Amino acid sequence: MIGLTHYLTLAAILFTIGVFGIFVNRKNIIVILMSIELILLAVNINLVAFSVYLHDVVGQIFAMFVLTVAAAEAAVGLAILVTFFRNRGDIAVDDASVMKG
Amino acid sequence: MFLDQLSLAWPEVILGVGVLVLIVWGAFQGKSNAVFNGAAVLLLAAAAIAAVVGPHGSAFAGGMIADPISAFAKVFIYGFSAVAIILSDRWLARRGEQKFELAILVILAALGMGVMASAGDLISLYMGIELHSLALYVLAAFRRDDAKGSEAGLKYFVLGALSSGLLLYGASLIYGFAGSTQFPEIAAAVAEGGAEGGVLFGLVFLICGIAFKVSAAPFHMWTPDVYEGAPTPIVGFFAAAPKLAAMVLLARVLSEAFGSAIDEWRQVIVAIALLSIFVGAFAGLAQRNLKRLWAYSSIANIGYALLGLAAGGEAGGTAMLLFMVLYMVDVTGFFACLCALNRDGKPMETIDDMAGLVKERPGLALAITAFSLSALGLPPFAGFWAKFYVFKAAIGAGETYMVWAAVLGLVGSVVAAFYYLRLLKVMWMDPAPGATDKPAFEGKAFAYVAAVFSFLACMPFLYFIEPVAKAAAAVLG
Repeated sequence: MIGLTHYLTLAAILFTIGVFGIFVNRKNIIVILMSIELILLAVNINLVAFSVYLHDVVGQIFAMFVLTVAAAEAAVGLAILVTFFRNRGDIAVDDASVMKG
Repeated sequence: MFLDQLSLAWPEVILGVGVLVLIVWGAFQGKSNAVFNGAAVLLLAAAAIAAVVGPHGSAFAGGMIADPISAFAKVFIYGFSAVAIILSDRWLARRGEQKFELAILVILAALGMGVMASAGDLISLYMGIELHSLALYVLAAFRRDDAKGSEAGLKYFVLGALSSGLLLYGASLIYGFAGSTQFPEIAAAVAEGGAEGGVLFGLVFLICGIAFKVSAAPFHMWTPDVYEGAPTPIVGFFAAAPKLAAMVLLARVLSEAFGSAIDEWRQVIVAIALLSIFVGAFAGLAQRNLKRLWAYSSIANIGYALLGLAAGGEAGGTAMLLFMVLYMVDVTGFFACLCALNRDGKPMETIDDMAGLVKERPGLALAITAFSLSALGLPPFAGFWAKFYVFKAAIGAGETYMVWAAVLGLVGSVVAAFYYLRLLKVMWMDPAPGATDKPAFEGKAFAYVAAVFSFLACMPFLYFIEPVAKAAAAVLG
């Protein structure tokens, strides 16, 4: 029987993969965008699982908001990425070092 | 019924509808001009008035709260956003890069910050944070053809999105284990079962996410890069209004949803505050670029505001609000100086550029001196009073470790005094490398107003604003 714990564990694993995807991956910004998406989807699994468990619809409404914001975030992120690409002709993060971090 | 609820959201309605009108107007007009920006500033002023005179209460199933603290925060958020529009637009105009999107993005950010200040549940908290963050990412990369600017925007975006993810994961855990997204119901669940397990875990994630937004250490790594790369007047905006909004949001979450768990979160907040103070003080020592230096200065200052917040209750909330308002005036004034100063058409951004400024531009040099001494915490400047309230609240909190935290905070400000004094030394003693260009009028005007406020006007201002801040913070008590 698949219970709440299984969903929470899956979400926690996805969340961790997403966070590590940002910190460990230092090559490609597209992969970072995918990792961000993974984090948000992990949260959605959490919200929907809790929503079913609590018999409360608010969690699903919250998940809708998260989906919408994720789309807007991807649009803004890709737009900034395009300007970045135009200025350098490359999107490798290794080169993102005009300013020392 | 619905209209009653909507009347609580007048500031948001005014800004939301107004910004749509401005988008259409801007699309037909193409570039911004004085009339367009005047309309944008008027819109913000109207929203600020609506926030002050509007009714108080809670609307939309508890998602939105209008109360004294939200009105207090909104007035300053909208005010500093209006200043940002004027400063940035003139600054861009001198570079021939004037765009109408600037005012629109600033107003959208102000709208999001207003939602943050009056968030009553986790959903509106998240929506407010995202609305203001998305606008700020674009503002950081506003000069599309500037390599540094787009890099700043990208870094801000990646780390900001990560922080939103952390915050959201925390929100989902709090929702699941407390059983509701609304702050009063979370508070009831926490009071009943105590903050432990999932709820506490979620709260830590939530604090991490908001600490990213206020650039508190150890989540500050984006700040110096973004401040260095983004356009100067927009950095002045970043360093002021969004931080007030996020601090008010943090205060509200901690006191309204987790008020009974103060012993659990206070230690986390104090740790973050002290770490910020010391990171800001020590890392600032190595900086030559003034925008990076002021990024570390803002990290340290957020540490003091968090220290005030950690004191908890009405006194802590008052200290945090007053500290933020006085700090915002100083930082905006400083960036207005940087906007006004150029040498041979190039912006003066490093400490060495400021050499001999007192002979070149005595007025602006005096203003920078005032902001440095104020940031250093020298009486009678505004920064002294800001720190005075924070330390008083921390010592009055009735915990031994809070007194020690206040002492450590004082040590941190002594360390930070070194870089402020070095700037003064370079400005007053070193010979000037060349003539500076004529400073821009609006930068000079804002700088002088802020400097006079910081030196003289802050005491009468405090006399009037302290009761208001107290009334606002009573909500948190």
